[in-house]
Amino acid sequence: MRDIDALLAAIPYCAWLGLGARVEDGALILDMPFDAKLVGNPVLPALHGGVTGSLLETAAIAQILWETGAKAMPRTIDITIDYLRTGRALTSHARAHIVRQGRRVVSARAEMWQEDAAKPVASFRGHFLVG
Amino acid sequence: MTGELDFWREAMRQGMGQTAFLRALGGELVEFTNGRGRMRLPFAPHLVGDPATGVIHGGVLTAMLDQACGMAIGSALRAPTMMATLDLRIDYMKPAAPHTDILVESQCLKIAHDVAFARAVAFQTTPDEPVAIATGTFMLSPVEAKA
Repeated sequence: MRDIDALLAAIPYCAWLGLGARVEDGALILDMPFDAKLVGNPVLPALHGGVTGSLLETAAIAQILWETGAKAMPRTIDITIDYLRTGRALTSHARAHIVRQGRRVVSARAEMWQEDAAKPVASFRGHFLVG
Repeated sequence: MTGELDFWREAMRQGMGQTAFLRALGGELVEFTNGRGRMRLPFAPHLVGDPATGVIHGGVLTAMLDQACGMAIGSALRAPTMMATLDLRIDYMKPAAPHTDILVESQCLKIAHDVAFARAVAFQTTPDEPVAIATGTFMLSPVEAKA
């Protein structure tokens, strides 16, 4: 299995976001510590919707690379993000799974949460071109 | 009345518009009026999502499109209102060319009582050659007037 944490560190945007990866109970989990630059609503404060989207899309891509061993970066075709709760000024986590892997296209889902995995901040589905 | 609205619009432009994350990305608001607007994101090395090709990360486009949709709605609202993204759908039409600015144009489609709808397109040449398109739905909550 590939070292996803090292891979994320080598992707400029992921390194800039502070993304890290670990394996827990056989699942790949991405972590994103809070940082003031990630704020989209200064009143609450809340994470920018694009930050949440970035973490989720990266989780899906990382899961595909981890699970399929694909050499090239999967290319995103489309994504849908449901924002369920405010992303607060806390460390965020994301986990993805592959729903279906075809020869050319992978369908993946992902969830993001903060303190409580049972209370997701956002859910995600997307299609990715592979190979 | 007009003054209050102008004040809120200015706050919207400076506060909600100039989000910390947009600034950190290096993005700029070009113009937002009456439900339509435009943003710009100069290419920068920290936006790259694929070191092999130099193509920027999809999440960067998500952030620009999300904010452009929200700003289009904000510029169309007639009363101070908080907005939160409910859902966002993005179709990636083609990879963004490296070392090239991203432009985003957005449009508010409808403001209902509790929700509003917007769409946005990200491109590098003209809107007819989109890099990505987005449809967003936002929850609206009135801002209580402070005494």
